[in-house]
Amino acid sequence: MVSIVGYGAYVPRYRIKVEEIAKIWGDKPESISGGLGIFEKSVPSIDEDTATIAVEAARRAIESSGIDASEIGAIYVGSESHPYAVKPTSTIVAEAVGATPYLTAADYEFACKAGTAGLQNCIGLVKANMIKYGMAIGADVAQAAPGDALEYTAAAGGAAYIVGKEGGIAEINYTTSFATDTPDFWRREGQPYPKHGERFTGEPAYYKHITNAAKMLMEKMGTRPEDYDYAVFHQPNGKFPVRVAKMLGFKKEQYEQGLLCPIIGNTYSGSMLVGLAATLDIAKPGDRIIAVSFGSGAGSDAFDITVMEGIEDYPRRNLREMISRKKYVDYGTYMKFKGELK
Amino acid sequence: MAVPRYWREIPARYNLIGKKCTVCGRVYFPPRPICPVCRRKSAGKMVDYKLKGTGTVVSYTVIHSPPPHFEGEEPYVMALIKMDEGPHLIGEIVDCEEDEIKIGMRVKATFRRIMDDGEKGAIYYGYKFVKE
Repeated sequence: MVSIVGYGAYVPRYRIKVEEIAKIWGDKPESISGGLGIFEKSVPSIDEDTATIAVEAARRAIESSGIDASEIGAIYVGSESHPYAVKPTSTIVAEAVGATPYLTAADYEFACKAGTAGLQNCIGLVKANMIKYGMAIGADVAQAAPGDALEYTAAAGGAAYIVGKEGGIAEINYTTSFATDTPDFWRREGQPYPKHGERFTGEPAYYKHITNAAKMLMEKMGTRPEDYDYAVFHQPNGKFPVRVAKMLGFKKEQYEQGLLCPIIGNTYSGSMLVGLAATLDIAKPGDRIIAVSFGSGAGSDAFDITVMEGIEDYPRRNLREMISRKKYVDYGTYMKFKGELK
Repeated sequence: MAVPRYWREIPARYNLIGKKCTVCGRVYFPPRPICPVCRRKSAGKMVDYKLKGTGTVVSYTVIHSPPPHFEGEEPYVMALIKMDEGPHLIGEIVDCEEDEIKIGMRVKATFRRIMDDGEKGAIYYGYKFVKE
């Protein structure tokens, strides 16, 4: 049995409203909010990046779990905005949480699903008795070209998960993956902003991969959507996860707790993992959760999770409450914080 | 900043690891090889000591004219902080408006980007402080 023994999430304090971005580009804010299902997004401060967000999330996970960080045998950080092209974020995190030097560490990249790929690796290593604890983190300070539709959603945040065999707050019953070569979104080497296939990111990419991974998982587990108390999907905007939930047969009360995109934007590699953290924040022992990530390019990882008794004693931090402590910035400040003003 | 110097200081910069004199029990940050009170008696008796990261603002100032590497971040707040274990240190207070900061305010350490050596250079991380 492999279980989540700790989790922690971090979302920067600053926000920018859709209206503020729309004002610059002459868009109608109500049509953006209506079309994308988003009202505001998180903005990293001038001194925050994927490494600092990953460290904050990891420290919360370790502190809440009460484990000795030196017993973590693997740290994987998934992101598409690692601060260095060459030089791992994972060693910065490992050092900052006190897990060095006896561990394996690496950075992962698979658009928005690199964090869940890391989680699967940790599950494998724990199951094989190669490590006692493994920590996987998905974190991003997402890039978007000024004026691109992505600018309304590309946000910052991340979550860290520690898995192990002892103790635990939620058992990971099974995981499945579905991947194909689908060029729906990419960023070429040395380019500052990604390009995307607009509507092509929907049917052949997001919907196809998430539904296949979720159906494979439910088939393997012999479950149906109504067997789950909560469902969390990757959230590139506020609309896609709602539609994919309906396509699969999930209801609003199953996905609304984990749906954070409308109020924080798309945290990319953090997206599904941050939504899962908000869900674990209120889950009760025995609750069953299905969580499915999506990374462009493209692939999905699906997880079947049962909440354990241990959650009752776990010091939960209430991510939604943390998100509510915010400060709005104007477009100029947002540009400055993102380092766009040279 | 020279990369090796930054690298040597990582334990202090990331995790506030100072030194404790096992003769008199005083805690020092940044780490000192010898206790200035016990002097030669403390030789070989200074041990690593990790600060919890919590403390109180003793005084602060707002920087409007920053030194090189910090241009563009102004205005920002630098504070003299008394850590709960005793040592005083200077740190930046972030995610907090200037009018919210008060002498006596409780703060806790957070992990942030401190500076970099330009777009091609190394990035230096370390502690800053937020309201507790």
